Amino acid sequence: MNAGMAAPLLAVDGLTVRFKLPQGWVTAVDKVAFSIQPGEIVGIVGESGSGKSQILLSIMGLLASNGRASGSVRFRGNEILNRPADELDGIRGSTLSMIFQDPMTSLNPYMRVSQQLTEVLTTHQGMSETQAFNTATAMLDRVRIPDARRRIGLYPHEFSGGMRQRVMIAMALLCRPALLLADEPTTALDVTVQAQILELIAELGRDLGTSVAIVTHDLGVIARLCDRVIVLYGGRIMEEGKVDDIFHDTRHPYTGGLLAATPRLDAATHGELVTIPGQPRAAMGDLPGCPFAPRCALKADICTAEMPPIVTGPSGHRLACHLREVRS
Amino acid sequence: MSETLLKVDHLKVHFPMRATHLFGGQGAPVRAVDGVSLDLKAGETLGIVGESGCGKTTLGRAILRLIEPTDGRVLWMGQDLLGLGAGHLREARRHMQIIFQDPLASLDPRMSVETIIGKPLRIFHPELSRKQVRERVLETMQQVGLAPSMANRFPHEFSGGQCQRIGIARAIILKPKLIVCDEPVSALDVSIQAQIINLLMQIQRDLGLSLLFISHNLAVVRHISHRVMVLYLGKVMEIADRDDLYARPLHPYTEALISAVPIADPRTERGRERLLLEGDLPSPINPPSGCRFQSRCPRATEICGQAEPPLVGYGKNHLAACHHIQVQD
Repeated sequence: MNAGMAAPLLAVDGLTVRFKLPQGWVTAVDKVAFSIQPGEIVGIVGESGSGKSQILLSIMGLLASNGRASGSVRFRGNEILNRPADELDGIRGSTLSMIFQDPMTSLNPYMRVSQQLTEVLTTHQGMSETQAFNTATAMLDRVRIPDARRRIGLYPHEFSGGMRQRVMIAMALLCRPALLLADEPTTALDVTVQAQILELIAELGRDLGTSVAIVTHDLGVIARLCDRVIVLYGGRIMEEGKVDDIFHDTRHPYTGGLLAATPRLDAATHGELVTIPGQPRAAMGDLPGCPFAPRCALKADICTAEMPPIVTGPSGHRLACHLREVRS
Repeated sequence: MSETLLKVDHLKVHFPMRATHLFGGQGAPVRAVDGVSLDLKAGETLGIVGESGCGKTTLGRAILRLIEPTDGRVLWMGQDLLGLGAGHLREARRHMQIIFQDPLASLDPRMSVETIIGKPLRIFHPELSRKQVRERVLETMQQVGLAPSMANRFPHEFSGGQCQRIGIARAIILKPKLIVCDEPVSALDVSIQAQIINLLMQIQRDLGLSLLFISHNLAVVRHISHRVMVLYLGKVMEIADRDDLYARPLHPYTEALISAVPIADPRTERGRERLLLEGDLPSPINPPSGCRFQSRCPRATEICGQAEPPLVGYGKNHLAACHHIQVQD
């Protein structure tokens, strides 16, 4: 994207995800392009139907069976989109791993945590059982599960929600992946536990040099954790940039609307919140124009006629809007 | 805003547990709500916050007697609801409504929107003609921002935000005095959440309603409430006027909750001091002795394990229950 930057760890280009439904094909992600640098924490923010989770799933090769992805996803220079499962299994869970919103449905309820964790290491790194057990215990310690040596022998249901999410993070980080994909990892947790988990993700990213792509609907989570943020609407990137540029030099009317609609903990407001009229539209694709146009206060004729191109500013701020210009 | 509408006095809701041993008889009960007192004036919004399992939903339902309280009093305009028989309770309940977190699940899928919204009216005003009911339904739909032309549709045809509007219409059609809002915006997208918050605040102004606003979202609660109560494992930790509570939290749990919420502003976030709590909420079956918060509290000392701190006043309308409150003036 920007000349002079190191080779990206992940380069997504023209990524389109379509699903076959009874009424025909619908587009969930529409020609999305972005990249992630080594060591970077990138947030992907959007409302329901923005396609944010589908981007992560297609990178991992985990789309639902009625989904088709096209375009390109290069991980460390190698194309990984739509590769056969046996080929992907060489990187999934080792250099590229993912955590989900609900740890209970992602952990096997019939297997002890020890078994689920050591399996990763014996499979990907050829460790012996004892070696794997010790490494796994050390990782549980690392994600601050108290009394790890005893608790590694428990089943997932014997952990609380926050502890289960820690188990999943430990599992994802066992092979020290280069990139961790996190799909709403704290949405189901209480704020005090969320704060612990966010701190943990930031710390582990720093210490292990792992890049993180985190999907969330919470702009606060982005502001606390991320270096860069991608704002999605209706399957398209609306705006992207460094967190400071996006929050303090907001250019896209959708980003501005989201920020204005979020009540702030540190502001004594009591009046009417600024709202975005209408409701989030699931991406349908194939329509001309900007997907946000029907709800946009600035809407002009051109907005419903053609999709604005993404324009990149001098410091890498990217914007797709006919009516606004990037400055940073 | 002077008349006290609702007064809750040492309300307790204990759920019996099954025996843990084969011959053990009954186990210790879960003390979901354990001696909560509050009052609510006409036109006032009291926010109730706390983590999952703190008893906020149980409290809201026990006030309406949707869950039968174990002990205490609920005075509704001076009358104790807990002693009322079915007939009188029903009469009192026409002034008290509730809206739920999951808007779709709280609407009967086989009923049209008109039937759903009109039902309370048909129950409490059987004298009204079909036409009169229909008129009131359409009027109420307009009030909550639903097009009257959608009256014959069914819940599954509506989005989450619209379903919540249907729930609100059903709650206000009898022109109640109190609505218990149980996480009404938690399942909604940010842009829709703001629409529903605005709607609730506008309806409150128009009808002079009182709201008990239960939520885990501290920012939303700050925006909508006049006063805020912080619950932890069934006990009140702190209660104060909203700006006072957020600017000057006295209880370490309130402080930790506020510090945990990320603010959508990277510069502010970088400058914030973080007070991370250790661990998760303990089990309400076997809460810590003394102060219930002591197992996670950064200020805990010996006394906290021995004696439960009473709820004590610090300045106007500000109460907190902690042995180690540091008041700076």
